[in-house]
Amino acid sequence: MIRFLASVGAATLAALASIGRLAMFVADTVSHLVRPPFYLREFGHALLQIGYFSLPVVGLTALFTGGALALQIYAGGARFSAEAVVPQIVAIGMVRELGPVLVGLMIAARVTSSIAAEIATMKVTEQLDALVTLSTNPMKYLTLPRVLAATLVMPILVAVGDIIGIMGGFVVATERLGFNAASYIQNTVNFLEPLDIISSLAKGAVFGFIAALMGCYFGMNSERGAMGVGRATKGSVVAAAVLILAANFILTEAFFSA
Amino acid sequence: MITLIDLHKAFGANRVLQGARLVIPTGQSMVVIGGSGTGKSVLIKCILGIVKPDSGTILIDGQDVAKVPRDAFLARFGMLFQGGALFDSLPVWQNVAFRLLRGSLATPKVEAKEIAISKLRRVGLSPDVADRLPAELSGGMQKRVGLARAICAEPEIIFFDEPTTGLDPIMAGVINDLIREIVSEMGATAVTITHDLTSVRAIADRVAMLHGGIIRWEGPIADLDSSNDPYVDQFIHGRATGPIATIR
Ligand SMILES: Nc1ncnc2c1ncn2[C@@H]1O[C@H](COP(=O)(O)OP(=O)(O)OP(=O)(O)O)[C@@H](O)[C@H]1O
Ligand SMILES: [Mg+2]
Repeated sequence: MIRFLASVGAATLAALASIGRLAMFVADTVSHLVRPPFYLREFGHALLQIGYFSLPVVGLTALFTGGALALQIYAGGARFSAEAVVPQIVAIGMVRELGPVLVGLMIAARVTSSIAAEIATMKVTEQLDALVTLSTNPMKYLTLPRVLAATLVMPILVAVGDIIGIMGGFVVATERLGFNAASYIQNTVNFLEPLDIISSLAKGAVFGFIAALMGCYFGMNSERGAMGVGRATKGSVVAAAVLILAANFILTEAFFSA
Repeated sequence: MITLIDLHKAFGANRVLQGARLVIPTGQSMVVIGGSGTGKSVLIKCILGIVKPDSGTILIDGQDVAKVPRDAFLARFGMLFQGGALFDSLPVWQNVAFRLLRGSLATPKVEAKEIAISKLRRVGLSPDVADRLPAELSGGMQKRVGLARAICAEPEIIFFDEPTTGLDPIMAGVINDLIREIVSEMGATAVTITHDLTSVRAIADRVAMLHGGIIRWEGPIADLDSSNDPYVDQFIHGRATGPIATIR
């Protein structure tokens, strides 16, 4: 019994310690926002890597999801002859939930993993130490540009995902399910409210922050050797995915519970 | 002058430094020798603040390094890492000119590239290497790029962690001469780690031997052969038997 309590206590302490370390990491990152110099080239590079090059995967994910969503809602709606709600539910489902969450998870897979692997490799090959000796702060040079770029560019990716997702639903609904194109669009536009869109983009920003932050955090804290890099990469993706889903729940609660 | 007082550093149960003391005079070339894994790299990383010692004091010109502003402090140093530690996302010349491309020393790009190419030439690399990526170079070439990066901003104090390991004898000679020149012409202070006794004799003003977590012996290069220290003698003669245990 005592041993059980002790192990619970130890686990709790370890969890608290890692929350504390993470909080300090966040504070350190944000503090570099207001302290020059700024590495604009790194920032531009991160925008391109995280934003532009993620467009294909975001587009494909949203397209197929929107299409499948339309089929499911049609089939489900048919059970109580409510097939007509397809445009509205696809719109709200994509914009409020699936758009931000799926884009967030795809970014965790694509961006978090590559950031973590890159920074962890830099750590184990002493490149982070070399940065320090060249009077360059790794947090400022590596972490801030990536986290900032992801936070700013993710709302755009989510917006693209939302639109393509709705388009996926539209194509399936009009081609397969016999919906009228003009009224489908009409219904979608009339149904969506500003808050739906605002919440979608806000979720995007938060998820982007989490995704890049986890990559940097696990990369910077990587252990030595190839195994350390592997473990950091795996840990970063799992942590980013779980935190994105948890944050999604909290944000949904905050935006729509009233 | 760099003064190390009673440095201790352990990684878990592995007690690497156990009270190391050393004085490195300004404008001289100090060579640190010692067996593999004795903590030579850790020692110089402590001076730079990359590794935090558990206890002990490091003074540079009488100032405690733990208490000076980091950026201004690091601007005075150059470091060649044992593994090169080149930034593999940047082409060679941007690695060499890293310091000149950003921060307080920011120089126009064209000028920075010219300086980088001239430093590459000094380490025996031709200008066409400048636009390649580090991953496309051989190990010895990477090491020399690291060396060029360490000396590029003409620092006052330079650390060389095994500068000639992996180089052919002729290139090793070129690098030894270069380090000697940097000390005698630029007046820099150099701290070099090496296992290569030819290098030791070519580079050193003074030699320090690290063993068992402490500086076992320190003295001018002229005294190396007559140190009467059994550890130093075993090391410089490469004998398998002696006070330094070799596990077989
Ligand atoms: N970051 C670290 N974490 C854990 N142990 C470390 C770390 N850095 C060094 N060590 C340990 O410290 C000891 C000394 O390492 P160091 O790299 O200083 O050796 P060295 O004298 O430079 O050896 P070599 O001549 O082979 O380069 C080794 O046992 C090494 O395993
Ligand atoms: Mg070493």
